[in-house]
Amino acid sequence: MSGHNESILREPLITGHDITYAKITNDILSPVENKPNKAWWIGFIVSALGATLWLFAVSYTFWNGIGSWGLNKTVGWAWDITGFVWWVGIGHAGTLISAVLLLFRQNWRNSINRSAEAMTIFAVICAATYVVSHMGRPWLAYWVLPLPNQFGSLWVNFNSPLVWDMFAISTYFSVSLLFWYTGLLPDMASIRDRATGFRRRIYSVLSFGWTGNVKTWQRFEAVSLILAGIATPLVLSVHTIVSMDFATSVIPGWHTTIFPPYFVAGAIFSGFAMVQTLLLVTRKVLGLENYITMFHIESMNKIILVTGSIVGVAYLTEFFIAFYSGSEYEQYTFLNRFIGPYWWAGCMMYGCNILMTQLMWFKKVRTNIPLSWILSIIVNIGMWFERFVIIVVSLHRDYLPSSWAMFYPTWVDVSVFVGSIGVFFTLFLLFLRVMPSIAIAEVKLLLKTSSEQAKLSQIKTGHVEVAYVSEYVDSLEKFDSVKQEEYAKI
Amino acid sequence: MGNIKYILGSFGDPDEMMHGIDKLQENNISIHDVYTPMPIHGIEAKLGVKRSKLDIAAFFFGITGTITMLSFVYYAAAWDWPINIGGKPHFALPDFIPITFELTILFCAFGLVGSYYASTHLFPGRAPRVMDLRATDDRFIIAIDATQNAEHTKIDGLLKEAGALEIKYNERKYVSYE
Repeated sequence: MSGHNESILREPLITGHDITYAKITNDILSPVENKPNKAWWIGFIVSALGATLWLFAVSYTFWNGIGSWGLNKTVGWAWDITGFVWWVGIGHAGTLISAVLLLFRQNWRNSINRSAEAMTIFAVICAATYVVSHMGRPWLAYWVLPLPNQFGSLWVNFNSPLVWDMFAISTYFSVSLLFWYTGLLPDMASIRDRATGFRRRIYSVLSFGWTGNVKTWQRFEAVSLILAGIATPLVLSVHTIVSMDFATSVIPGWHTTIFPPYFVAGAIFSGFAMVQTLLLVTRKVLGLENYITMFHIESMNKIILVTGSIVGVAYLTEFFIAFYSGSEYEQYTFLNRFIGPYWWAGCMMYGCNILMTQLMWFKKVRTNIPLSWILSIIVNIGMWFERFVIIVVSLHRDYLPSSWAMFYPTWVDVSVFVGSIGVFFTLFLLFLRVMPSIAIAEVKLLLKTSSEQAKLSQIKTGHVEVAYVSEYVDSLEKFDSVKQEEYAKI
Repeated sequence: MGNIKYILGSFGDPDEMMHGIDKLQENNISIHDVYTPMPIHGIEAKLGVKRSKLDIAAFFFGITGTITMLSFVYYAAAWDWPINIGGKPHFALPDFIPITFELTILFCAFGLVGSYYASTHLFPGRAPRVMDLRATDDRFIIAIDATQNAEHTKIDGLLKEAGALEIKYNERKYVSYE
């Protein structure tokens, strides 16, 4: 692992000059071992208020039924399933970072995988609450499970995509949780061995008795790789199945074979945007600029650009196929996205997801932190509108013009959605306080090969071509955590 | 030196620790175990840790999931309560692929992680058997059984030569027990 030098042409994954193994542990555990600062408290109070709103709105829905939402007989699915698909989609980036990037040996994943996986778990929790609360009689939610019931053993309909979805989401949630928690064990042990008293007891239970001996580490890596191998097709299957909730129906705008790859690309797109939204703030507030560097930010922006463009191609394909199908219903649905009463939603969808993302072609945009953050929010908004357009705009003009209707959300719809964001951020902020937000052990692996200081000593000891060194120094210009003047003399 | 149970060589650098392992092994000193804050590649070959069989286990757990779901869905949809939906086949295999796939992954993941925890003795509440508390922070620890290897001064010299920052003589096996 550390016997060779990494090429000087690769940008560093850890910046700073006095980084040691001990400093990595100290830096990453500092939010866990110290009292939270003011920024955390403000964030937590606001999120907790949101979560309270969610609790109230969901309880109100349970008590009064989904009649308290703005649904009508034409638009039977609206903000509920929009919110569900939006949250599940956001979750996908965590698995992509932890599993797919591990298979491709992308070492930059090591410092972002932990919080991205946590984000996955919290996003899937938010999605699952939507599924339960839109059922109308949530106390009967177990009816989606294939259980023998009191009416005789009439089973669930295994031909239904909604049943497939139940299997997909619950498998996805539990496998993500296993993957995340197994990765957490060595870092929980780091907290345990530094703590005293009651804290030590708690982390002792949570770390499962981890010691870091040879066999455990060796098996740990084998398990991570196999889990990554099975989580990769799993994450693709989950949003494929979510898209089948729509694609297997007969509604124009839903009944489309392009949906599975289109939804998966859109999920990764929105998920990376959410990771960007969270990490740009986290790295600043927790002072982790040396571990989540400009290289990470730019790499994520590149993925947002690629997946956003795939989504763009999918949009264009949909339009072409609607035209080419010769089906007037299909053609009307797509035209209606621009000329119907929901033209503004269509504009938000296409504008935020395609037009705004194309700004990422410019390096100045990709490496600008405030702009990246704003764009990540825009992508999140755009992806919410994508689901809204697909669901509500396809439904509101159905085959029978006499049943054409509009959808108007009630305060309950809005509160459940805004509240779910509060739940998500409450969970994420609590996570930052009790668990290491960066995989400590995995970052330590990078110190001797991919850190700025390792590369600097490589330059100083010579044997590196001058052209390579100047290219490397040029690549450091965008880093906000690198002291540029130190390279002026080289 | 009668009560010493374990000699711990504490290194600050993984390469020096690897060098230390080589030195000890050249001198026929058996190593009890090595504790590191991160995975060190190549160490398992030196210490003779066998290749993991977890991949084979994972495959069989996965296959079990596949067979379980397919047979269950056959029982439920085609045998126990077949429903005639427009004359379509009761056992509509393409429809059952997604759920069969999900169950395959579910069984595989839980079986794999369960076997991993069982084989490395990890479970909630297990008392941590830690020899040096810095092994999860910034030290790479080589543990040598002092009763089996009598030449303590020689071990001491070899570890120092390899670059050990600190050498400890533990009279208790685990420092984490209270």
